[in-house]
Amino acid sequence: MTEQTPLRKSSIISDQEAENITRVEELAYEIKVQEVMTPNPITMTTSMKMQEVLEQFRVARISGAPIVEEGQLIGIISIEDLIRCLIQSDLEAEIKKYMTRNPFTVKGDDPVVEALKVFVSTKVGRLPVVNKEGRLIGILTKGDITRGLLKALQQDYQTEEVRRYRASHLFEDIESERTSLILRYNIKAGDFTHGGEASSKIKRALSRMGASPQIARRCGIATYEAEMNLIIHTTEGGVIRVEIEPHQISIDVYDSGPGIKDVELAMKPGYSTASEKVRELGFGAGMGLVNISRCVDIMKLESVWGKGTRLRMKIFLKKEDTVGEGHAAKTLEEK
Amino acid sequence: MMTLEQIIQSLELKVLTNPKAFDEIQPTTGYAADLLSCVMTGASRGGLWVTLQAHSNIVAVAALLELSAIIITEGAQPDEATIQKANEEDVVLLSSQQDTYRVVGRLWELGIR
Repeated sequence: MTEQTPLRKSSIISDQEAENITRVEELAYEIKVQEVMTPNPITMTTSMKMQEVLEQFRVARISGAPIVEEGQLIGIISIEDLIRCLIQSDLEAEIKKYMTRNPFTVKGDDPVVEALKVFVSTKVGRLPVVNKEGRLIGILTKGDITRGLLKALQQDYQTEEVRRYRASHLFEDIESERTSLILRYNIKAGDFTHGGEASSKIKRALSRMGASPQIARRCGIATYEAEMNLIIHTTEGGVIRVEIEPHQISIDVYDSGPGIKDVELAMKPGYSTASEKVRELGFGAGMGLVNISRCVDIMKLESVWGKGTRLRMKIFLKKEDTVGEGHAAKTLEEK
Repeated sequence: MMTLEQIIQSLELKVLTNPKAFDEIQPTTGYAADLLSCVMTGASRGGLWVTLQAHSNIVAVAALLELSAIIITEGAQPDEATIQKANEEDVVLLSSQQDTYRVVGRLWELGIR
């Protein structure tokens, strides 16, 4: 379906739309044919004259119609068939002379992608849609699919907009001396498969709350390094706790062992205790804590060998960077 | 400006993830390293990343940094789960048979600075 999606043809693609392109592919699998087809189409019978086909096409402004006998779909007649007939000046002929028998069909509860496959592999312009019993329930064109996908995308987009709007105003209507939102993630030791998921979620949450790309990125990098440290170095895993307030983000990462023998040494660029196996994966550059310190405003690392480690970080938000209050003056561009 | 489409063509890169509108993507710059923490510090948003790492953690890094694509060198093949994760995260994975040095050299020649 890659070449068939009309959305790809648009010339300017923003990040948002680029996201939507893969979403289109997802939607093609999620949306069912019956959700986008035209239900109860005009149908014809085999004994009708081609003259009537011409009239019906003209009046209803359609370019094809299924042929039904006793509720069963037996063929399809299209404008191309009508043209063939016109060339022969044969409008008195019956439909059955020109119609296509046993046309390709799709089922109503098939995902749209099945219909797209038929459109791509054949040259048909429309597909009759049938139910499980083979009865005609609608007709589907590529245009129907495009409209259906666009509608679904629009809904998606609105949902995300609403989410963003709600999240970016999170603190506005709540009155307290000090309001904050706490996100908590449990990270398993050695779980490389899910490495980076918590930090991605944190970054997304901040973006939704209206954080600038710069702030979201700094927070994403700092939590990513901390998350990987929990995965690589701890015995039992640990916890990432992020507290978001309008004026600051506090990140607390703690574990129950093994602890760091020499904190000062650990902070040195290039120093690492990572195993050879972990280094092969590209970790253990000895830059994790250094990266964190570059991304946050305050960083405090405490560790007791044999007990555990606690890393506390803070990122302060200037007035224009504040999250959760929906400030109009906020800039969306990366500074 | 070079588009990702032109880069894929002229470096004969294999696209490992789902196709998308590569002619709409214009990589701004590039970065080459195999140590993820270095990439975290050094790679810029919208840039290309050239590496011979092919395991799933490269996807998280690229997604966090919003890189335009990862070019995996020396024909290293990421596993199916990694490619699937990349598709989910909207990260583009490309593969080259050549080594990092040569890939970066070609990118530089194409004007990706």
